[in-house]
Amino acid sequence: MATDTTVLLGHGSGGQMMKRLIDEVFLDAFGSPELLAGNDSGVAALAPTGRIAMSTDSFVVTPQFFPGGDIGRLAVCGTVNDVSTSGARVHYLSCGFILEEGYPMDDLLRICRSMADTAAEAGVRIITGDTKVVGRGGADGVYINTAGVGEVPEGVELSGSACRPGDVVLVSGTLGDHGIAVMSQREGLSFSTTIESDAAPLNHLVAAALEAAPHTRCFRDPTRGGLASTLNEFASASKVEIEVDEQNVPVNPQVQAACEMLGYDVLQVANEGKMVAVVPADEADAALAAMRASRYGEHAAIIGRVCELAPDAKPRVHVRTPWGSTRILDMLVGEQLPRIC
Amino acid sequence: MCLAVPGNIVALHDDVTATVDMLGVQRDISVALTPDAKVGDYVLVHAGFGIQVIDPEEARLTLEIFQEIPELVSEELDGVVPFGAAADAAAENETDETPAAGTVAVGAVA
Amino acid sequence: MTDGSARDEHRIDFEAFRDPDLARSLIERIDELAGDRELNFMEVCGTHTMSIGRYGFRSVMPLGIHLLSGPGCPVCVTANQDIDRIIALAKLDGLTIATFGDMMRVPGSTSSLAAQKAAGHDVRIVYSPLDAVQLAQQHPELNVVFVGVGFETTTPTIAASILDAEARGLTNFSVMSAHKMTPPALRAIADDPETRIDGFILPGHVSTITGLAPYRFLVDEFGIPGVVTGFEPVDILESILLLTEMAISGRPAIENAYRRGVSSEGNAVARGVVDKVFETCDATWRGLGKLPASGLAIRPEYARFDARRRLDVDVEPTREPRGCRCGDVLRGAIAPTSCPLFGRACTPEHPVGPCMVSSEGSCAAYFRYHE
Repeated sequence: MATDTTVLLGHGSGGQMMKRLIDEVFLDAFGSPELLAGNDSGVAALAPTGRIAMSTDSFVVTPQFFPGGDIGRLAVCGTVNDVSTSGARVHYLSCGFILEEGYPMDDLLRICRSMADTAAEAGVRIITGDTKVVGRGGADGVYINTAGVGEVPEGVELSGSACRPGDVVLVSGTLGDHGIAVMSQREGLSFSTTIESDAAPLNHLVAAALEAAPHTRCFRDPTRGGLASTLNEFASASKVEIEVDEQNVPVNPQVQAACEMLGYDVLQVANEGKMVAVVPADEADAALAAMRASRYGEHAAIIGRVCELAPDAKPRVHVRTPWGSTRILDMLVGEQLPRIC
Repeated sequence: MCLAVPGNIVALHDDVTATVDMLGVQRDISVALTPDAKVGDYVLVHAGFGIQVIDPEEARLTLEIFQEIPELVSEELDGVVPFGAAADAAAENETDETPAAGTVAVGAVA
Repeated sequence: MTDGSARDEHRIDFEAFRDPDLARSLIERIDELAGDRELNFMEVCGTHTMSIGRYGFRSVMPLGIHLLSGPGCPVCVTANQDIDRIIALAKLDGLTIATFGDMMRVPGSTSSLAAQKAAGHDVRIVYSPLDAVQLAQQHPELNVVFVGVGFETTTPTIAASILDAEARGLTNFSVMSAHKMTPPALRAIADDPETRIDGFILPGHVSTITGLAPYRFLVDEFGIPGVVTGFEPVDILESILLLTEMAISGRPAIENAYRRGVSSEGNAVARGVVDKVFETCDATWRGLGKLPASGLAIRPEYARFDARRRLDVDVEPTREPRGCRCGDVLRGAIAPTSCPLFGRACTPEHPVGPCMVSSEGSCAAYFRYHE
């Protein structure tokens, strides 16, 4: 239990209060040997493959607790997944907190325990951290930054620019769950669903898929901007056209219904526990089977293919509809706003 | 303009408030504009209001007509089947058959 | 009869209106029937614009069938001077603007609601005007102004919200009305010598309220057929097929292909609520200019809910964006791609005109769904 009930400016002062916060909250939750060593940097071992992969991400979600997750779980999953997309084996995380004065200590404890549980699930350790406290109104409760590091196995060269015509596009499960779960909690849009955020660490799923499909071109987690952004990024980087079969894209019916109510395109809604993979056609079935056999991958599906770019055409993504027609799938512009018209 | 989606009324709370279910998504709406709406009815929901009780019989008839029209027109190559006439014909041919597909699914295009 | 079968009787097979086989057979029929005829069909509903785009139907129409987007996006037809007034309201200290998400990014002469929010003014997105009423009730310290845009479908919901605010005795809720009515815009287009329309895809949910009578003049005075239809793939294809048939046969009529949601007489209760609160007025439309009796103003009896009357603001001089041809696009006089700004100076990311802002605007829908 923490001594103080709310976060105070003094908790960021570098003095006694800060030490108490670190001991009672962060060390209690995370407790890795590297953290307990109490040094300014965490020191840990890494397999000597010669290359590391590193990624960082900041988390500012409102509300901080939502169906299926919280900002802490997101903060671990987001970075674990980002590092994993390079095919790296992620081991260590840093975490930085920016706390608003007056934030309930119990909520902070809850967030930290959630981070610890998620890190344990992913098999990663939080080995260094930092805390700042800002005055009331200077932040919205709590912001978290995490960075992650892992080693890239020999011979693994994944890149969004490696997609080639004939390759196959897979997604590891249903789309849009996270975005809609968070949206359903927003003030002014109140609707109730049993939709939960899909926030999940996918490092094990990625490792399994990569083992089954060793010539995988790339992975990416379709977070903000959804599948639309991810595939447009791949198309641009690889100078190809990507085709999506709309009827093969897995979508939870409740998510679809919420999207129709709010006027959203589910292909542009955020995910926090999904992975998109592009693999050579002859490894697609193996990749699919490996994803489906992994935790969080049971609804994995083959959703499209990479096509040759016509001369003079711009890289793009198009969707083949169930009605035999096609449309362009563009990136989301600006913030996703509900519309009634 | 005017995005409206079908919602199934699962509860009426007072004269003007109802809870509708849209494939598992629930929201309270006003039924002030559809005072005849009952529990079990589908209403078109727009901007938090029911604006019309959906007529299940018309939905079924329309589908039948839609399914017939391509064939009807094919039979009569240069002919035109006025929609009203087809609707009346379908209504007359109405039997007690239950329509083949009976599930309620608003979404899941994918 | 058991409970179960009673429920079955009320079941509606909505999924059947998306049936791929049925949709494909309708597309084939349209193709066969149209041959190489040149036909211009216009929808006047932004949700039809969006649906046609999302279903990719332009990619499967015969080359001669042109699906045009008319003045059906309420945000797009709102005149700059009204948008400027809304923005001026947002700048007032102590005012809370509640709006549908659609309005947020629409540029007025020099600003937008999104920009005002970023500047620290209180602008909130709601899903329903009732949410704005509730906000006013829960926060007596706020002075809430709801931005009332929309056509016949939306006006009853706003009229009912004003009545609700009255019943709750609220004094801190008002509406800035920029509502418009569809038939005068249809008349302006049917009457426009620069535009040749062979048939109108008529708005499903507007017709839910109005019924079919307001469209008769299209046939009687202009000989143009119209089909009221819904928003599922099969609904839209059906309307195109019927319009093609009528255009070819030369026997125009107003047909209702959306009987499950539209009755001939419409929703009289909803119209009664609108009549109680609103009265018709002349209104200025982007692209169509001033159309007589095409707008709705709040009646004097409800003046205390009328933000135009209650709140006196200085509205900046209206500036129309240079080169923007939204007006011509809305009339169907040109396709979005014929505007010199389209895709260059004017993109969804940096919109110049409102047709590029609203996701249902003709230009945004074109940009998003077409090459």
